[in-house]
Amino acid sequence: QFQLAVPIAVVFSPGSVPGDLPRPLPFRDVQEMEISVHLRTSVTSHYEMVYRKATVQEEAALDAATAREADTALRLLQDALLGSLTVYVVPETSSLLPQGINIYVGKHRSALVRAGRGLATLRSRLQQLTQVMSFTPSSISTALSDRVPNSQLSPDSRRHLKSSLGYEITFSLLNPDPKSHAVDWDIEDAVNRYVQPVLDKLSLLANFSVDSQILYYAVLGVTPRFDKESSSFLLSAHSLPHVINPVEARLGSSAASLYPVLNFLLYVPERSHSPLYIQDKDGAPVSTNAFHSPRWGGIMVYNVEAPASPEASLPLHVDVDMVRVMEVFLAQLRLLFGLSREELSSEFLLESPGNEGLADWELDCLLWAHTVENIATVSTTLTSLAQLLDKIGNIVIKDDVASEVYRAVASAQSAMAKLAAGHLHSAFQASKEAVTSSERAFFDPSLLHLLYFPDDQKFAIYIPLFLPMAVPILLSLAKIVREARQRKKEPTKMD
Amino acid sequence: GGMLAAGLLLLLLAAGPGWAGAEQARRDVLREELLLSPLPAGDLAATFQFRTRWDADLQQGEVSHYRLFPKALGRLVAALGVRELHLALTQGFWRTRVWGQPPLQAPAGAELWVWFQPTVTDVDKAWKELSNILSGIFCASLNFIDSTNTVTPTASFKPLGIANGTDHSLLRYAVLPREVVCTENLTPWKKLLPCGSKAGLAVLLKAERLFHSSYHSQAVHIRPICRDASCLAVSWELRQTLTVVFDSFSSGQGKKDWSLFRMFSRTLTDACPLASQSKVYVDISPKSKEEELLEVTPTPASVHEAIVQGDKRTYAVYDLLSPSLFNTSRSLNVQLKWKRPQDSSELPTPILHAQRYVSGYGLQTGEISTLIYNTHPYRAFPVILLETVPWYLRLYVHTLTIITKGKENKPSYIHYQPAQDRKRPHLLEMLIQLPANSVTKITIQFERALLKWTEYPPDPNHGFYVSSSVLSALVPSITAMKHVDMEQSPLFTSLFPSSDGSSYFVRLYTEPLLVNLPTPDFSMPYNVICLTCTVVAVCYGSFYNLLTRTFHVEEPSRGRLAKRLANIIRKFRGVPPL
Repeated sequence: QFQLAVPIAVVFSPGSVPGDLPRPLPFRDVQEMEISVHLRTSVTSHYEMVYRKATVQEEAALDAATAREADTALRLLQDALLGSLTVYVVPETSSLLPQGINIYVGKHRSALVRAGRGLATLRSRLQQLTQVMSFTPSSISTALSDRVPNSQLSPDSRRHLKSSLGYEITFSLLNPDPKSHAVDWDIEDAVNRYVQPVLDKLSLLANFSVDSQILYYAVLGVTPRFDKESSSFLLSAHSLPHVINPVEARLGSSAASLYPVLNFLLYVPERSHSPLYIQDKDGAPVSTNAFHSPRWGGIMVYNVEAPASPEASLPLHVDVDMVRVMEVFLAQLRLLFGLSREELSSEFLLESPGNEGLADWELDCLLWAHTVENIATVSTTLTSLAQLLDKIGNIVIKDDVASEVYRAVASAQSAMAKLAAGHLHSAFQASKEAVTSSERAFFDPSLLHLLYFPDDQKFAIYIPLFLPMAVPILLSLAKIVREARQRKKEPTKMD
Repeated sequence: GGMLAAGLLLLLLAAGPGWAGAEQARRDVLREELLLSPLPAGDLAATFQFRTRWDADLQQGEVSHYRLFPKALGRLVAALGVRELHLALTQGFWRTRVWGQPPLQAPAGAELWVWFQPTVTDVDKAWKELSNILSGIFCASLNFIDSTNTVTPTASFKPLGIANGTDHSLLRYAVLPREVVCTENLTPWKKLLPCGSKAGLAVLLKAERLFHSSYHSQAVHIRPICRDASCLAVSWELRQTLTVVFDSFSSGQGKKDWSLFRMFSRTLTDACPLASQSKVYVDISPKSKEEELLEVTPTPASVHEAIVQGDKRTYAVYDLLSPSLFNTSRSLNVQLKWKRPQDSSELPTPILHAQRYVSGYGLQTGEISTLIYNTHPYRAFPVILLETVPWYLRLYVHTLTIITKGKENKPSYIHYQPAQDRKRPHLLEMLIQLPANSVTKITIQFERALLKWTEYPPDPNHGFYVSSSVLSALVPSITAMKHVDMEQSPLFTSLFPSSDGSSYFVRLYTEPLLVNLPTPDFSMPYNVICLTCTVVAVCYGSFYNLLTRTFHVEEPSRGRLAKRLANIIRKFRGVPPL
């Protein structure tokens, strides 16, 4: 039973106050929304709205020429807590927003909304906006996907990575043909320039580590089909699932840590198989020449142009264009974290997150979803621990395991309380602690159920006793039955 | 022929600087090498070495972009503060007496020794974690390394790479003599090679041939080395070595001729495209002063002469990177033929060799004896002996005797760490002077301890292994050696640092021992349960019968056999029947 609270400030700029406000500004209002995930699990969200008038500085900021400038100017005026939102309402006729756009979402935790005709329109726009910027019923049910029957989930929702305390990101360059291609990539610079800003932003969410490797003679598991028309090789969409397994064996285990690994592979096809293109289900080539695998990572095929003269000496030296590659990989990274911007209606305008690859409010979305998921994980872990203890009566619980369980429960409760109070950051921290404690308790080596004799085996040892003892008992039982039957027969005979 | 060889040499020299230029741009270099040496007894030893040198400091964090160096090992070194790592997995035993001094020997089973960085605070924890991760990487049961088989030697294992200060508390050494090495260990080892087993010398590594041999040893050595002569910066070196001894005499129908194809059922077709050096060396040193007895085909492009382990050796060299090698034929199949049957009576005995055995009778006490031979005609030299004995063999140190030529030999250094039951093994290290042309016998008595019933391994009647003892010595060389640059010389000469020209370093391992411990009858508890249960059940059954049966007086019925008999008897007696 989750309660989530989102603090929202609705700021009216001059001339945008609707006429039918219930009370004079400023005032508070709470809106509730119920998301039912499951028979026993439901999520209640409280939107705690504070309606007020814009301050002088905010008015000045809203006088900017474009929405982007207004957004940067407003950024300085906010003391934006994680998870809180500020919505600026501008007059319906304002020229700040482009034509046809009613809602503008900035890079940070603020948005601009046209006032609309009357309170009802404004309310519905606000509701749409807050869902986009915090959580939607589908993002919550994805986070709780362990408890949702599979049929209710969209395939999209299974793409997202599970919440974890850390992730390892591995970029691998696969060069199956080092004899003809000497491929070099400046991964160090590319990581520093494109990936690191995103990870710095995400560092609130989890620990990230990045590394890269080059693997030679690593081939895809599928032989591509030759297409005469385009004189190129094609990899059709239905064969993509078979591509990963043979590569996976070469990637190397992440033996030194327990975090899930995100693999991004750049595949330079062999000379005899290039150029290689990926086809989608309809047979059209994929423009990025890349695909991603849910919860695993992404693969991009990077074709090397054939040398101008056929007698150019081998190996051919190739420098990878890292901008093109990183664009694809970052898009895949966003997808793996479940940040997609597709399903929005046309009246929305989203500010591009720029170099950081991630807007502040998108980080909040992740935090909301992960906090809920963490708490659900803790409850699942503790439940199965309890089931194990129920099954084996004489299991020994050490004091430190017990204290971990208590800590997990306490942290989970405090995370719930903080969610209900709208403190997203501290709620997330508490949920992380709860996960750590509950996992530590669950995976404690002393709780291995194989350490304990199952009762049926104990019984098996004493079979030499029970079997001979059972024989006379059974025989006499049989005798009793026989006698009883005879006694029954005898009276009928008498008749 | 000579003209051609000289021309090829020139070609090679001309190609040299170009490669050096390419190497400087890249920061990691791979060299691969195969050494084929016919052993005195007619066997053939093949030693593969793959050396990846990376001009980057793994320890200073933030290095996470790997090219030739395998990521799994690099991360391990960086994460756990490893200064030096040596892991060897071996099947079989190198017979030093028959086969001569090995280029690289390892004890039977798994051996792991690691130097940690001084910054590592909890060495034992890092050691435990390291052995667990390595057991995952190499599919070996290194996770059985714990405090009962780990020791910290004080003198035997010096760092092989550059090291400032040798604080022995940072060293850990463990051997698992029971470990069986097989394909599942070879596959991950091959996976660490940049070219895998797809190209270069590694195509010869076919498991079904490698394990059909008398001796198989694969190893991984990681160490920091000087980047250049001034030694201001550190490079990291990964050496993957694999030694295998083929019994070519028995597999070749009594002939000692061999070829690459006959041994590996493969031939070489190319070098690994990533390697900057790829060479095959064949030991063709004449055994005596007479004319050459053996003939190698194809004719080697060049001949390398070196002094290896105090002996002057001649090697035929095939450079897989030189384009002329594959001009005449598509593949390289090195063959060796003996011109006339060699009389195997005069086996040259190595200067230092050793043997070890367990003696005594009964299941209470026993004696470990080690014989160390110095066959040098006139030079005496010291040797460090390291003995690790598990705690369940309780050594009596007062019975330690060292006898050379009938006289007692007092060790000049002795370090003994007694065992603690279920915590740590015995560690005995001694520095013993070996006089010229002598046999030194070291004996020590022990008592066999009784284990708890849960401590016995599966199949306890097989016995318990005691790991090999380690002999480290600077053996005086017969021929003077000149100092050579490590980067230039073949890989097989350059793992152990040579101190000076007059002696060379040798590390030998003796046989592992198999000791029987008093073993209980493990089926006894179940037998007792069965017996008691049966007795109880029988008693219970008869009591139950007695208590529940109702007794009737049975009417005597006619026609019974007893009655007839009685009637017959009565008839004889003339008494009326019943």
